[in-house]
Amino acid sequence: MALLEVKDLKVRVEEREILHGLTLTVNEGEVHAIMGPNGSGKSTLSHVIAGKPGYEVTDGQILFRGEDLLEMDPDERAAKGVFLAFQYPVEIPGVATMTFLRTALNAQRKARGESEYSTPDFLKKVREVSKSLNIPQDMLKRGVNVGFSGGEKKRNEVLQMALFEPSLCILDEMDSGLDIDALRIAADGVNALRSPKRAMVVITHYQRLLNYIVPDFVHVMSRGRVVKSGGKDLALELEASGYTQFEDAA
Amino acid sequence: MNVALAKTGSSRAVSDLFASAEGRLPGSPAISAARRQAFETYERLGLPHRRIEEWKYTDLRALVGEVLPLATSPDATALSKAADAVKAHAIAGACRLVLADGVFAADLSDVKAIAPGVSVKTLRETLEKDAGDILETASTDAVISLNAAMATDGVVLEIADGVQLSAPVQIIHVATAASASAFTRSQVRIGKGVRATIIESFVAAGAQAYQVNDAVIVSIGDNADVAHIRLMDDAADAVNITSHFVTVGANTKLNFFNMTTGGAVSRLQGLITLAGEGSELAINGVNLLKKTEHGDLTLVVDHAVPSCTSREIFRAVIDDRAHSVFQGRIIVRPDAQKTDGKMMTRALLLSDEAEADNKPELEIFADDVSCGHGATAGALDDTLLFYLRARGLPEKDAQALLIQAFVGEAIEQIADDDLRAHVVGVAERWLERRS
Repeated sequence: MALLEVKDLKVRVEEREILHGLTLTVNEGEVHAIMGPNGSGKSTLSHVIAGKPGYEVTDGQILFRGEDLLEMDPDERAAKGVFLAFQYPVEIPGVATMTFLRTALNAQRKARGESEYSTPDFLKKVREVSKSLNIPQDMLKRGVNVGFSGGEKKRNEVLQMALFEPSLCILDEMDSGLDIDALRIAADGVNALRSPKRAMVVITHYQRLLNYIVPDFVHVMSRGRVVKSGGKDLALELEASGYTQFEDAA
Repeated sequence: MNVALAKTGSSRAVSDLFASAEGRLPGSPAISAARRQAFETYERLGLPHRRIEEWKYTDLRALVGEVLPLATSPDATALSKAADAVKAHAIAGACRLVLADGVFAADLSDVKAIAPGVSVKTLRETLEKDAGDILETASTDAVISLNAAMATDGVVLEIADGVQLSAPVQIIHVATAASASAFTRSQVRIGKGVRATIIESFVAAGAQAYQVNDAVIVSIGDNADVAHIRLMDDAADAVNITSHFVTVGANTKLNFFNMTTGGAVSRLQGLITLAGEGSELAINGVNLLKKTEHGDLTLVVDHAVPSCTSREIFRAVIDDRAHSVFQGRIIVRPDAQKTDGKMMTRALLLSDEAEADNKPELEIFADDVSCGHGATAGALDDTLLFYLRARGLPEKDAQALLIQAFVGEAIEQIADDDLRAHVVGVAERWLERRS
């Protein structure tokens, strides 16, 4: 059984259809890149998989290990193992990062019927993971993402990914707003999480990110559909020729 | 004719309130005369209503209707219920002074644990011996006149100059009598250079539909450092109207905090006068309201002298059809140059029918001052909620975390770690009751 099956998905925002019948299959252990010009529907796809309100699915299905994802609340999806790394992680003043991480991890574990982490066990786990991602301890005491640089916000997303151990990671424009050094640190963090049990969907406008996170498959989206799929070389091809050809094809 | 009959009936009920209680109200003949006069003032004015400017948003005639008869003194059963409630709401390590149904309960109080330099008397004994001016205030408010007429008991607390209290003093008001009123009046005199924490808690011991009318007169000397924390955690259908008169000396720090987490109708009205130069006043308030609760915080900060600062942070979380009122007035007298007064109030509306009224007023008569106020009202941020839910938090938990963060800014101003944790706990219990 595939980990994620998106079948002929049609999505509207207000009165406008954004996805016009999108199909995508992702198996465990695979890394898929989704590329495409602005407005092609890449971020919409990531939001609909994660369950963001405001999108109306008019047709099609999203199955996660065969279960209907669209019937689940966002928190149920998270507990099942779906993780969306946000393009713009939000700042939450007044909620300490540590409190947030423990509350979220324990909520997921509780939903799965697992025992909640004790504070010492949790602290130990966070210290290990944050050290490997070069996240200073004082950052964890601050409000969630409050006063974080762009790079720190993305590393905080990767930290959560490492803590929550999801089986599907969707990285929405992880490269936006990052310089090369920040991108490398975040990408190294993501690469360390690649595993035969975990799949990733990397959404990006630019080929650059895929030099660091090398995908198994590349899909090109244009105007709400996947218009071409191929191996990692397709990304290089796009870098040379641009998206214009696909806009005509769509 | 019906109208005339109704009027006669209602005014008889009002005079009965005093007539039936008078025999139980402590005080010398002079005090009794003062009480009768105060009651006549109340009778003439009646309960405050919306056409009285200060009560525009809290119309007691519409919200409360009538004042319930004076509660009988608590018997052994009532006191044992009160003891359980006191245990549940006691702050660890604090010296407790308990008023049950408006009567000082010596057996439930830590009278023996009172620190040296601190004197505790009851209002009752004070009125019976040397009353002084304890029933007098400058106010012309009807509920305060009613309080002067009907006050049965209270705490008269004096902290001598230079006393450094390591443990807080907690005054706990417990209601055990349903459908009855408690009238209390307390006086707190804090000397020069004192360091102290005063906590007031209003709780119910199973009682419902009771009414509280409390007045507190506080004076704080120079160079003192005082935290005054109030927790209004009344039964859901209770009424609590409290009036505060606070005078602050020079170079003193006063950190005042109020949180309302219950009560069908509650109002804290306070007049805080900065009467000595160089003092710092912090006022922080939280209203957590649900169902049809009505919570009102009305504060006047009077900068009577130069070079004082006042900081007010107020947060209201309003669910269902509840109604939160904040009226904050800052007065800067002509001589009060170099005054620095700021007031910020934010309301979080959790339902379409929730209501918040904010009325900031600045009355500035000096020219070299820095004063300002701000107010916002809005719903929980959907973007933040989705982020938390995408991380696995169920909707109510995500809301609770954001609400805690929202009120946190006011609660964080409580300096003492244990006390702050206690207040956070009270707020958390409100959030749990909500879900």
